Amino acid sequence: MTETFEPTIIGFTCNWCSYRAADLAGTARVKYPPNVRLIRLMCSGRLDPTFVFKAFANGADGVLITGCHPGECHYIEQNYKALRRFILMRRTLQGLGLEPVRVKLVWASAAEGVKLAGEITSFVEEIRALGPLHWGKSDESSSVIHQPSSLQEEVPA
Amino acid sequence: MTHGNGNKPEVQERIGVYVCHCGSNIAGTVDVVQVAQWAAEKLKHRGVVIAREYKFMCSSLGQELVEKDIKELGLTRVVVAACSPHLHEKTFRTACARAGLNPYLCEMVSIREQVSWVHTDKIATTAKAKAVISGGVERVIHQVPLEPLTVPINPATLVVGGGIAGIQSALEIADAGFHVYMVEREPSIGGHMAQFDKTFPTLDCAACILTPKMVSVGSHPNVTLMTWSEVEKVEGYVGNFTVTIRKKARKINEELCTGCGICQEKCPKKVIDNVYEAGLGYRKAVYTPFAQAVPRFPVMDVENCTYFENGKCKACEKFCPTEAIDFNQQDEIVTINVGNIVLATGYDLFDARRVTNYGYGRLPNVFTSLEMERLTNAAGPTNGAIVLRDGKTTPNAVGIIHCVGSRDRNFNNYCSVICCMQSLKFAHLVHERTGATVYNFYIDMRTPFKDYDEFYQRVMEEGTLFVRGKVAEVTDVPRIPSEEGKLIIQVEDTLVGRQRRIPVDMVILSSGLEPRADAKETAKRFGISCSINGWFIEKHPKLDPIATMTEGIYIAGCAQGPKDIPASVSQGAAAAARVLGKIEQKEMALEPVRASVIEEQCSGCRICNGLCPFNAISFHEDRMVSEINPALCQGCGTCVAACPAGAITGTGFSNDQIMAQIEGLLMLNVEKEPVAA
Repeated sequence: MTETFEPTIIGFTCNWCSYRAADLAGTARVKYPPNVRLIRLMCSGRLDPTFVFKAFANGADGVLITGCHPGECHYIEQNYKALRRFILMRRTLQGLGLEPVRVKLVWASAAEGVKLAGEITSFVEEIRALGPLHWGKSDESSSVIHQPSSLQEEVPA
Repeated sequence: MTHGNGNKPEVQERIGVYVCHCGSNIAGTVDVVQVAQWAAEKLKHRGVVIAREYKFMCSSLGQELVEKDIKELGLTRVVVAACSPHLHEKTFRTACARAGLNPYLCEMVSIREQVSWVHTDKIATTAKAKAVISGGVERVIHQVPLEPLTVPINPATLVVGGGIAGIQSALEIADAGFHVYMVEREPSIGGHMAQFDKTFPTLDCAACILTPKMVSVGSHPNVTLMTWSEVEKVEGYVGNFTVTIRKKARKINEELCTGCGICQEKCPKKVIDNVYEAGLGYRKAVYTPFAQAVPRFPVMDVENCTYFENGKCKACEKFCPTEAIDFNQQDEIVTINVGNIVLATGYDLFDARRVTNYGYGRLPNVFTSLEMERLTNAAGPTNGAIVLRDGKTTPNAVGIIHCVGSRDRNFNNYCSVICCMQSLKFAHLVHERTGATVYNFYIDMRTPFKDYDEFYQRVMEEGTLFVRGKVAEVTDVPRIPSEEGKLIIQVEDTLVGRQRRIPVDMVILSSGLEPRADAKETAKRFGISCSINGWFIEKHPKLDPIATMTEGIYIAGCAQGPKDIPASVSQGAAAAARVLGKIEQKEMALEPVRASVIEEQCSGCRICNGLCPFNAISFHEDRMVSEINPALCQGCGTCVAACPAGAITGTGFSNDQIMAQIEGLLMLNVEKEPVAA
């Protein structure tokens, strides 16, 4: 195996700032590696930590959380809640024996396409240096943390 | 294989996938034909019954393609892989609606801004496009039909702040035939403009153009004017706000008072007027701030009234011909219902004491711009005579310093917009009335609007001297005999390239504008936000400087940022136009992205209660469950993420949808297809 490891990263963006930053990076044709796949939420405050663990469980090697800058949240202050959860998530990851730096939080305003692209690029390199997570490959480990509503659906028939 | 889509039960939905070439914008880096083939084959078990690629999906032919398939193939879900949903989500949702499919059953995924435009490797980019489409397909399966919420609009409007911006707004709305409540915290409306003597660049008298408008507000049948009042609480949402207002006790019965002014005349207590007269003049303990005040009812200053100090006096009561004095009057709490709110709360003047090297507060003959406005005002404490602090000496030389507290890293970085023109106005008035030599000390002259630069030329021609340089210090310590008894302005004249000391008799500090000291609390009360500098944030700095991120709340005048009178009037009128537009709609549709509580699952822990910045969540003590008001909810989803019982669902962004999208996005990994070859 000599081929370089290509990490898979799930990126959460908020509808108002960071997704628009991603739009802008596109419009400006700023390049970044294709390893990141974005999910649009209305707000970084919508980010349920379960989503992050779900992403890891399903084979992501890193998770990028993005939102409006502090003080600029479309929903006034919900990005602060994302910030608190982010800190908790890193601690939880550590408790689970994973590298906490596999989750990263980036603030990006709708004008910061170049910044977002730069952050994605450096995060891909950071995760590449860490190596694969291999979490999604082990059996039965994927439904560790679930909320009841999704549990109902996830219980194998 | 553990968790991929492979072992999931067959999906009942009939999904159509549409991949756009966008000319070569997408097709240049994504093999769109292969992607469509792949979707048709590999996602068949996920319900995909048709996958097409087309040159321009957003064209009418592209849209017809989708509509035809919905009708002929009985599609129940649509995924369009094209540009950013911010561009064309509405286009495709509308197309689906035309074909009879609920528009919210259409999911748009971006393979242009987030894929083809930002990557170069065609194989890796194509693989990513597949993953993104797979995520969209998984997500759309869990989408549910939604209907937009409609709420009725209460036709009444609240205008907060009775300065020129608020007055303009209120009159426009009232003239159109709708009711306006105007709340002003001072005893009279008029705002800062009522303190001014002349207005630039035409030099027409402020009172002459303002007081007729004030009178119109005061006598308008569609305006309920509440001065000496403050908004305490705002509840509700666009169309249906409930506002609690505290009417501070005037100690005057407004029903009986005729505004004759005898109480002011007879009141023996003189108080320095720090508000209207900027500390230069006196008022009585029972007073109207100025002769043309609207309303005419005076206010009793309880802190300074002799009766409230020692229980004696009551001169006002004795002489009042209508028995309108009421020493026992208490604050009154009034609740009103309005559909829209205009915030025109104005500005505070930068406190020039903070620039200690300019000596304001320490050197008596250093004046602020607001003091100067009162000094030049014919109805002011000196009847318009420009004199030194001793009240009689006319200055022979006057220095006007621009940008005090503005464009200064130590204080405010921003330009306060009005100070250059205001300084030119003072230069003209001083020149005209005293014949004194006038120096203007400026960093840059900014005179960009209609007739402004002409005024600058005129003042230059009148002989005002302009020194380009930021003043280092104003001092009364002389170095040479000719400086004795003078204020010396130490400045680097950057056009000459040397230090100068210019002795003058009077210094005017053109202080900048600052957000109201309580702007942050006001913003919080109304559910809007402030910029880093403290001004209210508009919805869009260029395309929507009037609305805010909170529906139904508009901003006008200096509360949004420093501006002059014409701009404040324009913004006030614009806010009124926006309000009238809302009123005329009679009801409005809200995006159905909302959170709601499943009562059976709610444990009543109340964790969500404190998280909502829009106060949309209330707790029912009787049933011990929380409830979300769908019209107040803005759909951020923070409570959905926080509910430990999973009892809150968010339409459009449900847990099921996002979980499924994560699965879909990572499906290719599970199938062990390399992301990049």
